[in-house]
Amino acid sequence: MSGVEKRFGGVVALGGVDLEVRVGEVHALLGENGAGKSTLMKVLSGAHAPDAGECTLGGELYAPTGPVDALERGVAMIYQELNLAPDLSVGQNVLLGREPRGALGWIRRDEARARVEKALAALGAEDLSPETLVRDLGPGQRQLVEIARALVEEARVIVLDEPTSSLSAKDTERLFEVVRRLTKKGVAVIYISHFLEEVQEIGDRFTVLRDGLTVGAGDVAGTSLDEIVSLMVGRSLDEFFPVVPHEPGEVLLELVGLAGEELPKEASLFLRRGEVLGIAGLVGAGRTELLRAVFALEPVRSGEARLGGVAAPARSPRERLNQGIGLLSEDRKGEGLALDLDLATNVTLSHMAPFAPLGWIRSGARAAAVGTWIERLGIRCTGAEQRMGDLSGGNQQKAALARLLHHDVDVLLLDEPTRGVDVGSKIEVYRAIGELAAAGKAVLVVSSYLPELFGICDRICVMHRGVLGAARRVSEWTEEEVMSEATRGVQEGVA
Amino acid sequence: MPKKFMGLTGPFLGLLLVILLFGVLEPSFLSTRNLMTVAIQTVIVGLGAIGMTFVIVSGGIDLSIGSVIALSSVVTALCARSGMSPAASVAAGVAAGGLCGALNGWLVTRLAIVPFIVTLGMMGIARGVAKWLSAEQTVTPSQEASDALAALAQKTATSPGIWLTIFLAVGMALVLKRTVFGTYTYALGSNEDTARLCGVPVERTKIWIYTLCGLFGGLGGVMTFARLSVGDPTTAIGTELNVIAAVVIGGASLGGGKGSILGSMVGALLMATLANGCNLTGVPNFVQEILIGSIIVAAVAMDRVRSRRG
Repeated sequence: MSGVEKRFGGVVALGGVDLEVRVGEVHALLGENGAGKSTLMKVLSGAHAPDAGECTLGGELYAPTGPVDALERGVAMIYQELNLAPDLSVGQNVLLGREPRGALGWIRRDEARARVEKALAALGAEDLSPETLVRDLGPGQRQLVEIARALVEEARVIVLDEPTSSLSAKDTERLFEVVRRLTKKGVAVIYISHFLEEVQEIGDRFTVLRDGLTVGAGDVAGTSLDEIVSLMVGRSLDEFFPVVPHEPGEVLLELVGLAGEELPKEASLFLRRGEVLGIAGLVGAGRTELLRAVFALEPVRSGEARLGGVAAPARSPRERLNQGIGLLSEDRKGEGLALDLDLATNVTLSHMAPFAPLGWIRSGARAAAVGTWIERLGIRCTGAEQRMGDLSGGNQQKAALARLLHHDVDVLLLDEPTRGVDVGSKIEVYRAIGELAAAGKAVLVVSSYLPELFGICDRICVMHRGVLGAARRVSEWTEEEVMSEATRGVQEGVA
Repeated sequence: MPKKFMGLTGPFLGLLLVILLFGVLEPSFLSTRNLMTVAIQTVIVGLGAIGMTFVIVSGGIDLSIGSVIALSSVVTALCARSGMSPAASVAAGVAAGGLCGALNGWLVTRLAIVPFIVTLGMMGIARGVAKWLSAEQTVTPSQEASDALAALAQKTATSPGIWLTIFLAVGMALVLKRTVFGTYTYALGSNEDTARLCGVPVERTKIWIYTLCGLFGGLGGVMTFARLSVGDPTTAIGTELNVIAAVVIGGASLGGGKGSILGSMVGALLMATLANGCNLTGVPNFVQEILIGSIIVAAVAMDRVRSRRG
């Protein structure tokens, strides 16, 4: 692709993008949210026609008329939100829309089965039975089904959009194996990810987009992480984890042997004012469940939470909010925000009392209150009335965080606060967390991204299979030790 | 035009078009007397649509409102017949509706059954109770009591029923847009999980929403009695669908989170105008039904196209 441009009305989404992907390579496409990655991929898949520039595929001019046409020419997209029918089997999903038909529209079953098995074998996924219902599969296996679907169509270019965002480490490892198999067969893989470590592991070459322009490209092996990040954000990595000085004060939240219905099994910790405590662990270890149990979204089977030294039971999130505890959901779109409503409602929903005497909302006062958060967190929007769903992921996350700030909770439970957030917004979220601690708030952060925990936390503890280990100061951990405890639990003889 | 009224241009234009069309075809359509008839015909569906807007915006549905109207008309008539004052009879009718609504809300929240099923059940229950109380006959109170209530539905510019409906529509529109309760209603319909996360009292709010819808159904029943001068357990069969249609034509989404009282009122007026105009111009009933059906589908289709462009 060279010199590709795309405008929407007056907005230039792509101002001249060059992208060259070679046969049999993994090409990482990098850039912050809003840099133009999605638009570029929509041009590639035929969903948008470019205003200028041209694309060639295998030396021939490539101008698909739509996603189906693109697929027939050998370009397959695999999106973050997978497009599978959960009540159909693996085989039915793989062939959906392309079933080998016999007379009268009957499906030729033997041929269908053979094609599905061939595609699964090509992925090294023979363990996946074509008869299994997709509903019964985990996210990693579902992704394999999607890739198998692309293979049935003999795709030459496969685009993976944030493929690992919902995968465990094990599934991620498996995905990488599959990607390596594909490239050996000569398939080109375009790999879009926010996880730069992943890119280093799997990528051959990379292209960085910023503000709709190609700002850099090269071999992954010969480029340092710092260089890539500074290309992406246009500034250096030193500012990545802004240092906001803060001092721990008295203990605010204490968990004593807290256990939920299934997870967590046992969690004890204390959290002080002016402190950021991180919880590391594998996906599924029970970290999210722990936060949800503390916030009374899930039942507590035994153990208790104490606030300021006093046992503080709660039956509903409402009570927790009244006690000064707030939760940032890991599922921003499904739970965290009401995407159809405006920014102002989303930010103030939990706490409208200050501008709603007797239940009547004074919209001017509310807009003013929201305006200060828009400014302080740098939420990019057209105003407090903008529909939440029209904001970018990073700005949505800032809005979700603004709700907790507006509520002025003392204890913030942040579940994956930077998931699906672009680098620039991440930095702003980190700074906001630091400022909260400096203001005497207590912050509990769950994250699967280790450098983040090391960058922003004062202490870190690790959850392994539902059991929370002891917290230690960040300086007393190494990343290897955290990973070891996350994957194997606390080892005997290790302090 | 302010953006928040954009969604209403379709229904408004439709209403204007229908009024113009019938005005040209049949000049008597635009007479004060006939316009008052249209207004009074709008009142029952309009009152129901006010309550239904809250339910649909919150992501629910209330199929029982037609039966609730019938029950309330019977209760009002029975009270009037037993010698209670007109005001007390009205209060009893409205309260009967509120009770049905509260029960709907309670079942939806406590038993976690989907509103469609709960209110489908209530549709049968309320209708049955209405027939039981009235011994399956129309209930006729004394002439005096009927006359006192019939004043509510008189077809003059000072008709209390019309002004009450307008007053309540404006009031409830403000409640929906400007109060914490209204905001919670939108939040529930837009994303119930978010509402719970934000400490919105989900169960309590829902019970209030269904109770409100029941109260408006009850008021619709009182107006029905005022118009017919009898309590009729078989009245308003299928009215729930007209009420839902009015709300949907007015731009509400059955998925919740979208809708407005003003829109629902325009929807109710549009349907009443169409029915009245067709009668006046001698268009057969079946054409009317086809027209209204087409308008419902067209209104939702237009909404779809608009939000896709949005």
